[in-house]
Amino acid sequence: MIELKNIGVTFQQNKKDFQAVKNVNLTIEEGEIFGIVGPSGAGKSTLVRVINLLQPPTSGQVLIEGNEITSLKRKELCKVRLDIGMIFQHFNLISGSTIAENVAFALHANHYPKEKIQGRVKELLEMVHLPEKADSYPANLSGGQKQRVAIARALANDPKILLCDEATSALDLENTEEIVALLKEINEKYHITIVFITHEMEVAKKLFDRIAFMENGEIKEVRDIYSAFAEPREEITKSLVERVLNVGVPDEVKLSEEEELVKLCYTGEKAYASVISQVSKQFDVVIDIINGKIDYIHKKPLGVLIVILRGGKEEREKALRYMKENVYRVEKLEGGR
Amino acid sequence: MKETMEIIKLEFGNATVETIQMVLIAMAAAVVFGMLIGLVLHLTANPLFFKNRAVNAVAGTIINIIRSMPFIILLVVLLPLTRILVGTSIGAAAAAVPLSIASVAFYARLVEGSFSEVDKGVVEAAVATGASVSLIIRKVLFVEALPSLIRGLTVTFVSIIGYSAMAGSVGGGGIGDLAIRYGYNRYETGVLTFTVIVLIFIVQLGQWLGDKVALKFTKR
Repeated sequence: MIELKNIGVTFQQNKKDFQAVKNVNLTIEEGEIFGIVGPSGAGKSTLVRVINLLQPPTSGQVLIEGNEITSLKRKELCKVRLDIGMIFQHFNLISGSTIAENVAFALHANHYPKEKIQGRVKELLEMVHLPEKADSYPANLSGGQKQRVAIARALANDPKILLCDEATSALDLENTEEIVALLKEINEKYHITIVFITHEMEVAKKLFDRIAFMENGEIKEVRDIYSAFAEPREEITKSLVERVLNVGVPDEVKLSEEEELVKLCYTGEKAYASVISQVSKQFDVVIDIINGKIDYIHKKPLGVLIVILRGGKEEREKALRYMKENVYRVEKLEGGR
Repeated sequence: MKETMEIIKLEFGNATVETIQMVLIAMAAAVVFGMLIGLVLHLTANPLFFKNRAVNAVAGTIINIIRSMPFIILLVVLLPLTRILVGTSIGAAAAAVPLSIASVAFYARLVEGSFSEVDKGVVEAAVATGASVSLIIRKVLFVEALPSLIRGLTVTFVSIIGYSAMAGSVGGGGIGDLAIRYGYNRYETGVLTFTVIVLIFIVQLGQWLGDKVALKFTKR
């Protein structure tokens, strides 16, 4: 478990104080994949680097498994860091060392028995599906492969926590999916707590159990991932979530007197397909679907549908009332007039 | 022409031995002490290690003072120290003292630069693994800076060859001294041309070798 208490980080820039992180309180549970998202400059990276004290906080406390670590001496801090792996946006492998040496470095840091290092490195490279690259140099690997090596290095000493600082942001779509899948696999297999910083909501949606939204150095909202997408509360959450569920009204839509635009949101419990057909059967209205999207978050569907409801005013009211009872949320939309 | 050949026959062998002595001693000093001071400069400047403004400023200032002095002046200023260290202030061994100090200061700055050019992210990743500072120095800083350290050493080598020409003023001898004494002072153009060609060859060879080795350790 990671607890951050009243964390503040202040930098001096041109003799002015700049507060990168403001009074952050967070508790990250054991074994969960906890994500922190927000626009660039929000202070996410600074915050995640506070967890292993790569960035010592100006104020506040960091507790790992209940132990306060901010006051530790260098040597004791090294011991704590053995238990916290970390991967980075630009992989940060030692370019002059082979893949095997890069992974072995973390083992040396832990004074791992010399004769067992080779075997352990092999095991780790197999875990990240790269056993054949042991003697290559980082320059000869693709981005996704480099990140897998970095993961092997981070997990060398069986840490309880893995910190990921924009770990997929320098990767293309395919490599991103590969890394996301690998992290999920590792989380399930070894119950490692993962703290993942990103600005990519697509990654957030696929990977996180819980999510924190950060802006201007503050945590605005902490939610489980599904409800964050289904009913975002804060402005920052809404703006980030809506980008993923990007369902707008096409400019071409022109509404007549008897029509109105309706946005239906539905969640796992309430299927929408039957609602559409039920409404058109029961009431004297016609429904045109003009845009829609279904997303699956943790295998639960989350959908948005934009429809045009056509019919007499009274029938439309009835239809709307029926829909409201049977889907998660109904919104009347402006536009098209 | 005959005279030129005579002079070369008589003096060149000795001069070469003297140059090799001086350059080897100065290079060894640069590698050991220059590397060490350069490392201290880097470690005391980097907050990930032992950031210490005072130590950094003192070491930096001493290096700057040595590097500000024209070598011929340094040679004279260091005469007392030379006498203490080698017991005499003349000869190749005596000339090697100021030469070593100049090359240590020179290389220390280059070493500092090489270390500070190591990708900060790579060092940070190493710190995050929980590695000790000595492990990071050995397996990250040195590995990543190695090609640059070798290139710096090549540059230092070329400077030492240049400085060693001035060793003649304290009776240090060497190839450069031969060029000055016979070629320049006695208008022996033949000797001058010959020694310059030899120096060009030595510098070329050193540079070629340095580049070759640096490239071998570059894995980017």
